[in-house]
Amino acid sequence: MVAPAGVLLVVFFFVPVALGFALSFTDARLISPKPLEFVGLDNFQRLLDDPVFWASLRNTLLFAAVIVPAQSGFALLLALLVNVKMRGTNLFRTLYFVPVVTSIVVVSILWRFMYQPDGLVNSMLHWMTGNVVHIDWLNDTSTALPAIMFMSAWQAVGFHMVIWLAGLQTIPGELYEAAEIDGAGRWHTFRYITWPGLRNTRTFILVTITIAALSLFTQIHVMTGGGPLDATSTVVFQAVRVGYQQQQTAYASTISLVFFLLVLTVSLIQRWLTRERSA
Amino acid sequence: MRTSTKRPLSWCLAAAVVAAAAACGSENAGGSSDDGLTLWTHNAGNPQELAVVEQIANDWNAAHPDRKVTVRAFPQAAYNEAVVSAATAKKLPCILDTDAPTVPNWAYAGYLTPLEIPDDLLAKQLPSTVGKYQGKTYSVGYYEAALGLFARKSALTAAGARIPTLAQPWTAAEFDQVLQKVKAGGKYPITFDLGTGDTGTEWWTYGYSPFLQSFGGDLIDRTSYKSASGVLNGDKALAWATWMQGLVKKGYSPQKSSADAFADFVNGKSAMVWSGIWNSGSLSKVDDGVVLPPPNFGNGAKVGGGSWQWAVSSSCPDKATAMEYLRTSLTAKNMAAFAEKQNVIPASEEAAALVPGWQPGGEKRFFLDESKELAMVRPPTPGYPYLTTTFAKATQDIVAGGDPKQILDRAVADIDRDLKSNDYYGF
Repeated sequence: MVAPAGVLLVVFFFVPVALGFALSFTDARLISPKPLEFVGLDNFQRLLDDPVFWASLRNTLLFAAVIVPAQSGFALLLALLVNVKMRGTNLFRTLYFVPVVTSIVVVSILWRFMYQPDGLVNSMLHWMTGNVVHIDWLNDTSTALPAIMFMSAWQAVGFHMVIWLAGLQTIPGELYEAAEIDGAGRWHTFRYITWPGLRNTRTFILVTITIAALSLFTQIHVMTGGGPLDATSTVVFQAVRVGYQQQQTAYASTISLVFFLLVLTVSLIQRWLTRERSA
Repeated sequence: MRTSTKRPLSWCLAAAVVAAAAACGSENAGGSSDDGLTLWTHNAGNPQELAVVEQIANDWNAAHPDRKVTVRAFPQAAYNEAVVSAATAKKLPCILDTDAPTVPNWAYAGYLTPLEIPDDLLAKQLPSTVGKYQGKTYSVGYYEAALGLFARKSALTAAGARIPTLAQPWTAAEFDQVLQKVKAGGKYPITFDLGTGDTGTEWWTYGYSPFLQSFGGDLIDRTSYKSASGVLNGDKALAWATWMQGLVKKGYSPQKSSADAFADFVNGKSAMVWSGIWNSGSLSKVDDGVVLPPPNFGNGAKVGGGSWQWAVSSSCPDKATAMEYLRTSLTAKNMAAFAEKQNVIPASEEAAALVPGWQPGGEKRFFLDESKELAMVRPPTPGYPYLTTTFAKATQDIVAGGDPKQILDRAVADIDRDLKSNDYYGF
């Protein structure tokens, strides 16, 4: 019974990871008649001296640091809002979920147009503030990454809202009834019933958002190409660019390996922080 | 049947990588099918061009029913990856088209075999339609493309500018005057649109390296092909970078043009736009539109050379037929068909004579003359993929306002390290 899953896991996970690890210590190229050579830690040395890598790493961590709390928090807020028994909640749930089922490439292209100097975002700001807004969102080093953060959170928030919603519905209704009888206010109900009741959901959401945030790629690829001046380059984007466009398989493997270790470390830390604590 | 049960799987894996899933299940994808040859082309998204390619194949098949050629078309964006995956899986077709600057890379990798086409036939071709690497011919094209500076004549005459010609392009100082005066006229939001909205790497090299070469710099030292030092970060390259950056800083060109800069030009948003022959069909929508050669920044005016060309794979089991196919298809009639169906330059004078507008004095003739006189092919080295991505990124950083000296020094260091780690790609 384990064979199909096992084969897939080996072929598509263990083999690539092992290959990536091994290739990091060679000078493998995508297209070359030259035989593979062992080059030791050359690629890692190069990584340390590569300003694009450091910029990418910084952008990736910054993106995750902002996206993880902002997106999960906002998703929880939305979930609480649509978790009420009234007419029309299904409509809201659907509306918030629409961006999730839209291809991220399509979403990215649309937002690229919206972020243009004469695009929808600036027009709306102009309309709201009465001033002519001259922000070239995606071409300014200070606004490009925040613009992508905002758009990414907007796109993915519906998915996590649904997960939170599922979590909310596992909390038994009697607890809320009991709280009501005890005269607990809204805040206390949330603090002592809802929040502890969402424990497992929370862990799941934290881990999935973190991993998704760290592997930011599509938006960058479609909207900015890592620019301007590496302000939006990310680790995965750089790995793809180096590996495919520049045909430097070995260096891309090194970047991927570092990325793998990064995700692993972050996940382990999160796992430790959210572990079952025995009282 | 050589096709074992494993083959479709490996082929599907390769295909999945390139998102060419449609190829799964087909067992004749390679060039080794028993009943003929397979031909791959990049123009699935371009029905006009594909129609000509299919017509050529049909003509061949009618004459050689025993050695049929099957055409398979891929979308351009996935084409190179498809070829690389196929080469890795040893499934290359016999005949394939390649973008000119990629030819040395694929020849070096052993994908391609030198063409056996008589010299007198090649001599008729525009020089930049023949792909050479280390003295051997690996590819040949039916057509060529060229860049042009598209302008509104009224904007230039209002600025008191001379209309430049191929024999006498603008000088750097003249062009600067034109830019200043057109901008001062205030009629156009954009004075000279560089077309920086294109996120594709190749446009950045194809479109802007001719300016660098006109300044006297280059992507790599073409005497040795062993270093970029001095040519990509010397004084001349620095002058080019400062000029490019100045176009944005002085407000002549947007830092990032809209996705279709030529549409902006047609709609009257810009007075001049840097674009290519592929847009020349829309030029007639502008009442007083003209196409001009680029300025001469000191080392002669330059435009990029090399478009899509055809090659034969080294794994082809029947090279003789593949060569014969290419050789017999290089006719003036076929080249004329390409030039008639779309905006491309016919690759020979004989073909140009057959298409209205391309004869000497014809309305489209400018591009053929320009290509003959100004075209400079992108560096024919297997290291080109690294050169072009590095150059494109450097140019993007320069246009975005980074420090030119630092960016170019960095690009040179990267390129030189790549050259060294590849043993200078056989040079």
